[in-house]
Amino acid sequence: MKYVRSWLLPVIALAIAFAIGALMMKLQGANPLKAYESLFSSAFGSSAGISKTLGKATPLIISGLAVTICLRAGLFNIGVQGQLLAGALASAWAGYAIHGLPLFIHLPIALFFGTFFGALTGIIAGALKAYRGVHEVITTIMLNSLVLQLGEYLAYGPFKEPGQQLARTPEVLSSAKIPDLFGMPVGFFIAITLAVIAWWIFKKTTSGFRLETVGRNKNAAWYAGISVKRSILISMFIGGGLAGLGGAIETLGVVGRYEPAFNAGLGFDGITIALLGRANPLAVIPGAILFGGMRGAGGSMQFAAGVSPDIIDLILALVLFFVTAPLIGKWIKTVRGNEAITTGGWGN
Amino acid sequence: MIKKYLGSRWSPFVATFSVILFFYLKDALATTSVVATSITFGLPLAMAAMVGIMCERTGIVNIGIEGTLLVSSFIGFFVASVSGNLLVGLFAAVCMGAVSGLLLALLSVTWKMDQIIAGTIINILATGLTSFFYKQGHTLPSTFPEIDIPGLSAIPFFGPVLFMHGPLTFLGFFLILVLWVALYFTPWGLRSRSVGEHPGSADTAGVSVVRMRYLNVTIAGAFGGLTGAYLTLELVGSWDRGFSAGRGFTALALMIFGRWNPLGALAAALFFGVAQAITNQLMITEVVTIPQQFTNMLPYVLTILILAISAGKVRAPAAEGQPYEKESA
Amino acid sequence: MKTPLLELTNITKKYPGVIANEDISLTVNKGEIVALLGENGAGKSTLVKAVFGLVRPDSGEIRINGHLIAPGDTAGAIAHGVGMVHQHFQLVPVMSVTDNIILGDEPTRGLFINKRAARAEVLALSEKYGLQVDPDAIVENLPVGMQQRIEILKALRKDVDLLILDEPTAVLTPQEIDELLNVIRNLAKSGVGVLFISHKLREVIAVADRIVVLRNGKAVGITTPKESDEESLAHLMVGRDVVLQVEKGEAKAKEVVLSIRNLHVNDDRKLTAVTGFDLDVHAGEILGIAGVEGNGQRELVEAICGMRPRIKGSVLVSGVETPDMHPRRVHAMGISHIPEDREKHGLVASYSIEDNLVLNQFDQPPFAKGWIRNAYALESNANTLVKEFDIRTPSIKTTAGALSGGNKQKVVVARELSQKTKVVVAAQPTRGVDVGSIEFIHNQLVAARDNGAAVLLVSAELDEVLSLSDRIAVMFGGKIVAFLDGKDADRAKIGRLMAGLSE
Ligand SMILES: Nc1ncnc2c1ncn2[C@@H]1O[C@H](COP(=O)(O)OP(=O)(O)O)[C@@H](O)[C@H]1O
Ligand SMILES: [Mg+2]
Repeated sequence: MKYVRSWLLPVIALAIAFAIGALMMKLQGANPLKAYESLFSSAFGSSAGISKTLGKATPLIISGLAVTICLRAGLFNIGVQGQLLAGALASAWAGYAIHGLPLFIHLPIALFFGTFFGALTGIIAGALKAYRGVHEVITTIMLNSLVLQLGEYLAYGPFKEPGQQLARTPEVLSSAKIPDLFGMPVGFFIAITLAVIAWWIFKKTTSGFRLETVGRNKNAAWYAGISVKRSILISMFIGGGLAGLGGAIETLGVVGRYEPAFNAGLGFDGITIALLGRANPLAVIPGAILFGGMRGAGGSMQFAAGVSPDIIDLILALVLFFVTAPLIGKWIKTVRGNEAITTGGWGN
Repeated sequence: MIKKYLGSRWSPFVATFSVILFFYLKDALATTSVVATSITFGLPLAMAAMVGIMCERTGIVNIGIEGTLLVSSFIGFFVASVSGNLLVGLFAAVCMGAVSGLLLALLSVTWKMDQIIAGTIINILATGLTSFFYKQGHTLPSTFPEIDIPGLSAIPFFGPVLFMHGPLTFLGFFLILVLWVALYFTPWGLRSRSVGEHPGSADTAGVSVVRMRYLNVTIAGAFGGLTGAYLTLELVGSWDRGFSAGRGFTALALMIFGRWNPLGALAAALFFGVAQAITNQLMITEVVTIPQQFTNMLPYVLTILILAISAGKVRAPAAEGQPYEKESA
Repeated sequence: MKTPLLELTNITKKYPGVIANEDISLTVNKGEIVALLGENGAGKSTLVKAVFGLVRPDSGEIRINGHLIAPGDTAGAIAHGVGMVHQHFQLVPVMSVTDNIILGDEPTRGLFINKRAARAEVLALSEKYGLQVDPDAIVENLPVGMQQRIEILKALRKDVDLLILDEPTAVLTPQEIDELLNVIRNLAKSGVGVLFISHKLREVIAVADRIVVLRNGKAVGITTPKESDEESLAHLMVGRDVVLQVEKGEAKAKEVVLSIRNLHVNDDRKLTAVTGFDLDVHAGEILGIAGVEGNGQRELVEAICGMRPRIKGSVLVSGVETPDMHPRRVHAMGISHIPEDREKHGLVASYSIEDNLVLNQFDQPPFAKGWIRNAYALESNANTLVKEFDIRTPSIKTTAGALSGGNKQKVVVARELSQKTKVVVAAQPTRGVDVGSIEFIHNQLVAARDNGAAVLLVSAELDEVLSLSDRIAVMFGGKIVAFLDGKDADRAKIGRLMAGLSE
């Protein structure tokens, strides 16, 4: 029963959000049924569509995980976007600038670059929190903007593709590109594996227990001999690393280079997905597939019904609103377990 | 020694003042223009910080300021350009701001949601709404015109700095002062602060915590709406996606640096404005050439630095972030 | 017939899983002191909070001077002349005494607070009731006794007809208690009705005109001090005969296990809280520390257990120095700790009982094999301890937050006492715990002593210290002012020592 209800909530939230979205389209004089039909058939209606959806879902799963892990440890990592960009940037550089390596060495190196620089971006916020008591929400947001600017600078300047008008890096070498496996994006399987590992760590291991204890009661954790500082550093490092890996997978598997305009919003969708999944690593997967499908197929609505794909932003925001606000939750009497608590004043 | 000095209550004032004085002695004309523009840079931040102060003093963390700014500036711009009347746009923006405040109050006071998540929802909703409804091609009939206060505006340095601004600038400064007075010298202020520090004591003294929080968060939202209107209708004159550009978050840092005191936050914001204005001046005069992106980074770096210096030393309102459970008092 | 000052009819208030008040009716007349007696969790606070509009009763009527008060109407209750001194002080720590007292009904001049008038009012008030306060002091800098005075002045400010005092004596020395009881008597003489809450029989008998006894949310008896004595009241209160004295054999004190040398500790505000301490606790004895709260006990305990920096000095277990600021390593050296604040330090409310029972050994075998936690060992450990320590819970998977205060505390006690331990530091081990659990926890502490542990007991309940301790140390102003033998310790003498008077 409890199990059914925990599924019911997001489903009802989705239904309401789509209904409001339809209303908005009507207001604009478009045909919502036609728009939704094209949205779903192009996202899930064909194997090419599904493959695209899963490809889009991949970085979303990973960035959703990056937020989830931090939430479990009591941190609200709004900086996934910046960490992801750092990862994309670093992996793009490693992908085009390092020459003469075979795939099985070059690709891991490029992935590592992305992960590492993502983690680095994350741990800056972690260190500021652990050692200076600066709330991670503000620092990670500031870091988002910083990385974005840095990326722009590099793409316009030192990393720019020679002879190009656009601000973008050269394309990564084929030895650093993630190959497809039976027509399915390999990155997707990496992402699923990561989600399962994360779930297992929190379920079974002492490390997961440590992080989670800090997330639920810092004082009790300290009493029990768990270092709160270390836990903050570790979770921000892992969260940032995951986000960076997500950026790298997107860069090396889909985009093929760093372009400032790409990847926008991936991190923010990750936040929404993590909150939708109530900080459960496995619940990130369906959320990310749904988001991926809508993001990937949003453009089709323009074709079919003249609806701007920006409606997706609105619908997703509404989904988040209806899931997190206890509005429907009260109505269907969901047990609100596993709630993420992240507010503790700016000094903590 | 330097640390102690930086952490002191007057440090933003002292820092701002000494920087200005130093440059004024070197180059009066440029300094006057720099300080005047620094008000332009600093005031919206200061006003946004007031939104945070009003909320947090009653114990509600508001990270949705960014969303409030975004959505109210959008509505202000949109309504003003459609109606062709700036005042109507201003009114719409203020109402929109109040609505966003009301929503935050609903989420965090009535529904007792985690306040950081509640604020995030407001930000995401604001982004979603504005990007969906935004259409290119709208323009404003004009912006609010600059008012030169006769006589006063002729005073060297202080004239251009203090007395040659648009009406919303004057209003903004005035309201900041009003807020400061109200917070420390009126029953409303005493009650607000007690609700933010120890809601139980307010409640047991017959002050309704819920009503007080709703009231303040909504007023704060309206003030955020005014800030949004100022940005689009007086300062910039146009609107684009992501218009608020992180000011709502920087404002939170300034609020903390200013120790939740309106004057402190104002000083911090002006210091911030000065730093940005100086960089701009250096760029314009091409004394130094820095890539555009690096000057863009300045406010973000400053925000982080400011927090790293002040956080942990300052004391936030004690009941901040916690929903009030009447029956467990 | 004259209308009573306060008239409660059939008040019922349910919380999930407990009926805090069931069908309670009660009256208080002008000039009368009614005592509400009941053990922890009996529903006393809930009842008076309902009167003051802080709790909305599910049913029942509240009349003050004949006026019906709407549920939840604090402002209405205040307007009808009710003043309340709360069990947990309702003061804003960072504000001045004056600001705290005027809050909610500020004297104004135009739009502004008239600070001068406010200050004068506080001085006049303090004069009138003979309760000295400094109107400009910041509340958080004041000792608890002084804060209590501010609470009382706040309640008396509006010429109240009915004064409610919810366990006002919990933080006072015996002498301060006597003073407070005198203030209460004088108020009653001047016509104020008083509703006085306590779980201490002695006080109730000393001051009340009428005694209403609550048990498990029900009013189980109304009596007067003349018709009753401590025994009969205790029986009413608990529903069975209580052993007021803990049964324990002679202590067999052996070698010194815990020794504290020249310990200096600061409090949260970086002021000296413990000043140059020496203390030895022997294996097989219970050393009780008596003292009014806020005299450095908390800081002492936290410094011993590695949770607060030691400014100077050392803490040794069997002659080996324990590390500073490392609770886990201190624990590993054999110091078990029942923390004062179980919600903050002792438990993770959203974790299961199972996990809470291994909170500080989750990564030790058998609970973890290397990196992997062992679900089977967790379960069997929990099943054993739940039985052994009589933890009343539907399941070991239940979250700790869902348990009653007494059972939460038993989880902490079970975790700490089930481990091999040389020293037990128990801070306020029975605070907010029902009588049944109190007896159980007391017996466990005695058992730990008999098994050869050195037990350091810190408690603000003088009765607890008196009944458990083999030796008593009295703490005042961050120092131990006297050591006494547990058997012939004299209440009055300890009271004077607690107040800082020399004998
Ligand atoms: N806000 C609350 N939510 C749930 N249970 C409560 C709440 N307040 C009190 N209780 C429960 O009601 C009972 C009576 O509590 P209380 O009135 O505080 O007792 P007393 O003051 O006599 O010690 C206890 O079992 C307590 O756990
Ligand atoms: Mg009580």
